[in-house]
Amino acid sequence: MKIVTLVKYVPDATADRTFDAADHTTDRAGVDGLLSELDEYAVEEALKIAEAGDGVEIVALTMGPDGADAALKKALQMGADSGVHVVDDALHGSDALATAQVLAAAITKIGDVDLVLTGMASTDGGMSVVPAMLAEHLGLAHVGFVGELTVSGSTVTARRDGDVASETIEADLPAVVAVTDQINEPRYPSFKGIMAAKKKPVETWTLADLGIEAAGVGLDAAFSVVREVTKRPERTAGTVVTDEGDGGVKLAEFLAAQKFI
Amino acid sequence: MAEILVLVDHVDGAVRKTTLELLTLARRAGEPAAVFLGSGFDAARDTLGEYGAAKVYVVEAPELEQYLVVPKAEALAQIAQSSGAGGVLLTSSPEGKEIAARLAVKLGSGVITDAVDVTADLTTTQSVFAGGYTVTAQVTKGTPVITVKPNAATPEAAPATPAEEKVAVAFSDAATKARIVERKPRAATGRPELTEASIVVSGGRGTGGDFAPVEALADALGAAVGASRAAVDSGWYPHAYQVGQTGKTVSPQLYLACGISGAIQHRAGMQTSKTIVVVNKDPEAPIFAMADFGVVGDLHAVLPQATAEIQKRKG
Repeated sequence: MKIVTLVKYVPDATADRTFDAADHTTDRAGVDGLLSELDEYAVEEALKIAEAGDGVEIVALTMGPDGADAALKKALQMGADSGVHVVDDALHGSDALATAQVLAAAITKIGDVDLVLTGMASTDGGMSVVPAMLAEHLGLAHVGFVGELTVSGSTVTARRDGDVASETIEADLPAVVAVTDQINEPRYPSFKGIMAAKKKPVETWTLADLGIEAAGVGLDAAFSVVREVTKRPERTAGTVVTDEGDGGVKLAEFLAAQKFI
Repeated sequence: MAEILVLVDHVDGAVRKTTLELLTLARRAGEPAAVFLGSGFDAARDTLGEYGAAKVYVVEAPELEQYLVVPKAEALAQIAQSSGAGGVLLTSSPEGKEIAARLAVKLGSGVITDAVDVTADLTTTQSVFAGGYTVTAQVTKGTPVITVKPNAATPEAAPATPAEEKVAVAFSDAATKARIVERKPRAATGRPELTEASIVVSGGRGTGGDFAPVEALADALGAAVGASRAAVDSGWYPHAYQVGQTGKTVSPQLYLACGISGAIQHRAGMQTSKTIVVVNKDPEAPIFAMADFGVVGDLHAVLPQATAEIQKRKG
């Protein structure tokens, strides 16, 4: 069985993230990057499936600029077997549609993939649409927002907890599954894992390797455009009182003054 | 005027409030046309008309309820193509985004998610980077597909008598690959839906696992209850109520954060709330920096007193 986990290299969410002043794309150079935290759950789930079965191979796949292979490195340290980094200057500013198209081509090139595991969203763009778009390109089932996953033979069974109901879904492999942060607790790379990762193979592919025209991806080919980016003014702190036995009453008084009661 | 399609979010015909918000936004950009997929249309007809649907497309097929998302995306794609729609609006829920993603690929159209406003020319406003930035954007190719967050607009009635059109859809093989084998409706709490509520009271690590004071205050205010990731990860409250980057994003009129320190993960989910009230034992908690009103104190003492005072004032 071959599992591909999608790993995205994102600007650290705890840092001061910003946009490129010229083209409104996410500034990926001025802020330290790392593996999107939500993708760690996908890597962990792949490792759990591998540990429970025989002959499971895990390929970590990322698309991003130079440096994005740091996301692959983390996945390899956690235990993935090999990595693929799709990198090409023409990809700068690609939207979700182009990203899904490129990732679908890479998964097809990897070949004989049974399961694609992804996080529920990236921690930067956060659209959550790439997994479903990928499935649409590949003609596969997609189950998103998965909190519990079982692989048995050629079927996956997944539980997803929605607003109005909890659903159990069955899908035939190959399939694309996006998991939430409720599904497991991602491991930290062990010393052994960190050492082993140095010897694991990482391939670097360009658009030409995937047979994709540069003109069809990147910022100029995007299907939507950012018009304006405005930094939200910092919230100014209001009144803070210390509870001296009357904190609840003061709170109620504030709510009443603001017409909430 | 081009039709702006609104995918109706409903449970057996009970239309959710977000759909009324979408109809209100759609009216700015064109002629609102509701797309009702699944069973129960009789229960939805009057509501859709009351909020201005000039037309309703109805697709009834067992596949829509038996399989995940793809039949809905195929039905919507067919209607968008045959009607020559000027845009498609959906709710920004996991399902809404999955449908939007597949629809955008099928139509060869751009997609924008998590809009908090949509103008007459379908320019969207989004809040990004944990609420740190506001971005306006526009789809430039194909039929704009836009998912809109709850509370993006106040539903405005605009009574219309919608023309009804039943649509037959021939689903592809790809539509039946993910089977829904079980569906357990969530037990009703009697409280407003978290993402739709105008007041949210959330509890975090400071509750120590006891959400009773949080729930009591929520009920006194007619509010929804939320929880921080720390509280959810500790197993104190279900994930469906988690506010934050990996849970729900809320933007209510009033947000009360009780025993929550205010990590970026949580702030991402509530930063755009209009008024923020904080109760926390730790005066150094970063969340105080964004509070309009804060009480440094133990929520187990402050909340019950506030609840009692609110009940007294309400008589």
